[in-house]
Amino acid sequence: MNQGPARKNEHIYTLNMGPQHPSTHGVLRIILELDGEYIITAEPVLGYIHRMHEKMGENRPYPRFIANMSRLDYVGPMLYNHLFTAAVEKLSGIEVPPRAEHVRIITAELSRVASHLLWMGAFLMDLGAFTPILYTFDDREAILDLLESVCGARITFSYFRFGGVCNDISADFIEGTRAFIKLLRTRFPMYEKLVTKNIIFEKRVKDIGVITPEMARLYGVTGPALRASGISYDVRKNEPYSIYPEFEFEIPCGENGDCFDRYIVRMLEMEQSLRIIEQALDKIPDGPVMAKHAPLKLHPAPGETYFTVESARGEAGLLLISDGSDTPYRLKLRTPGFSNLSVLEELAKGILLSDLVAIMGSLDLVIPEIDR
Amino acid sequence: MALLPPEFIRILISSVLIVSFVFLNAMILVYIERKVAGHIQRRPGPMEVGPHGILQTLIDGLKLMGKQIIFPDNIDKPLFCIAPLLAFVPAVVAFVVIPFSPKLQAVDLDMGIIFILALASLNVLAILLAGWSSNNKYSLIGAMRSVAQNIAYEIPMLLSLLAVLFMTNSLSMKSIVEAQKPLWFIVVQPVAFLIYFIASLAETNRAPFDLPEAESELTAGFHTEYGGMAYGLFYLGEYANMVMVGAITTTFFLGGWSGPPLPYMEYSGAFWFLAKVYFIVFSMIWFRWTFPRVRFDQLMNFCWKIMVPFGLVNLMITALVLKI
Repeated sequence: MNQGPARKNEHIYTLNMGPQHPSTHGVLRIILELDGEYIITAEPVLGYIHRMHEKMGENRPYPRFIANMSRLDYVGPMLYNHLFTAAVEKLSGIEVPPRAEHVRIITAELSRVASHLLWMGAFLMDLGAFTPILYTFDDREAILDLLESVCGARITFSYFRFGGVCNDISADFIEGTRAFIKLLRTRFPMYEKLVTKNIIFEKRVKDIGVITPEMARLYGVTGPALRASGISYDVRKNEPYSIYPEFEFEIPCGENGDCFDRYIVRMLEMEQSLRIIEQALDKIPDGPVMAKHAPLKLHPAPGETYFTVESARGEAGLLLISDGSDTPYRLKLRTPGFSNLSVLEELAKGILLSDLVAIMGSLDLVIPEIDR
Repeated sequence: MALLPPEFIRILISSVLIVSFVFLNAMILVYIERKVAGHIQRRPGPMEVGPHGILQTLIDGLKLMGKQIIFPDNIDKPLFCIAPLLAFVPAVVAFVVIPFSPKLQAVDLDMGIIFILALASLNVLAILLAGWSSNNKYSLIGAMRSVAQNIAYEIPMLLSLLAVLFMTNSLSMKSIVEAQKPLWFIVVQPVAFLIYFIASLAETNRAPFDLPEAESELTAGFHTEYGGMAYGLFYLGEYANMVMVGAITTTFFLGGWSGPPLPYMEYSGAFWFLAKVYFIVFSMIWFRWTFPRVRFDQLMNFCWKIMVPFGLVNLMITALVLKI
């Protein structure tokens, strides 16, 4: 790159990566300025899957927006179900029965595990390993089967309701979940052997795309990407919602903030999610799964609320302003993917094209969530 | 017709045989690759066309032939058309000197291995032309990678083969096999075998060194813009090259056609030869579906800092031992 002023721009060319590209996982477009294979600047461009979810939310009654939430983040949809229903419950003061809270946590954590499994496969696919994705899909399939048995959908769940969940879980579901936890725990050592200890994998991801704690603070990076930098911040622990304080679990953290740490953090998080699910299954109480006096037509009193949950990708927030009518006056989403993507521009300076793919994979980008 | 010299007829027959062998082989290999990949990934692989999907590649080939070849705007059309041919033809021609058994060899050239290597190095030209003429930046990056990679890895490959050639004192493929009568060279030259095998993975652009067509980075690399049978020819060329690597490895390190004689088979030599070739090809497929892809600078470092020094030291030791 140090070629003197006269030849400064001779080798530099622009490459349009996306919106149709195998490793942008959707319709993200990145304008790259390249010198050979070294990246000079990388500028993400959004807007190819903008569906105006926020505006849609402001124009329809509260219950009808639940279906939109699972379309936002189709990889971990239960967590977004939780975000919206809990926010509306907070706004209108609906109490959720304890059994429903347990069911919510079980399904939400299953969704998180499913999201991490899919991420792991896709990340390794970006690195050129084709096989792991089929194994992780196989595991994820078991989760989808379980969740299908409770709510009928496999990807775009609309399971949560204001004041509970729409169906009670069956004994079969509990048994199946326990069997699945057992199965997945036998799979982790295999993944470690096949992937984590693979020397090519290690060389591809170690010390690549280091997010320093300072950088994470500036860009608002949250979720596993933040925890990989060594900051123990998890909404489930720091601003607990639902009944998370009742469970014992740890927040796995990395040290260096590189792609490898982000990988490790997610792998450890799956184990913690399994622990939460196990505890929830152990002490799930009997009772209704819907609040008795949950109103069918919601007219929350005028007011404002902000609610956050820990989604699979980080801190997801929802601002709701009610003017007393049956539609929100304002609905604003804070999605973790958007902030996590914004750090890419800084990470991409001076690295190779292959590393950009690794970094994008490790950030776990889900474009419809970023571009809501 | 009686005026045709017998040599001409022999060449005609053998070239027809070789071309059909390569085509058939590629078809079988595509099927094997998909089946092996399927079983590695815990799925059955192709199952629909024919019993256990054995006709799948035939149908795929027909589909590719039936497809229109699309020429993008502003391409260098002559080069765009030549590139797939250039990828396929040399790979086929090189089979002329491969000794499948003591009798089954089209021509036993005095410098057989030089002939093969010369033709194999045309492959990089095909990729470069494809990448350059496609008017696509991904293709161009793929081509650039391919040139750098192939030229770099040719050096350790030649060094490892040279160590064997020191011991045989002949470049003819047949005499190389015959020199291994007492002991296969994989026992005498294990380092050369490893270097050759790794380098040949890089030469044929197979994973974990498939950087010229790294689809998660470059969509499809140098053949992004190719469709129909033009793409099919690149594919056939790749499989022909894989078989070629298997054949060279077998000839140089695994004792060629030698093996215990089979009771009821006239051509047990050819059987053993093909068995060894397929074993090598199987390991290449196995690697592809197990490893992630290396990064470009790591690939180069590995070549210049590990493979070349090891190859040189191995060559020197071989020379010294032979002199003493």
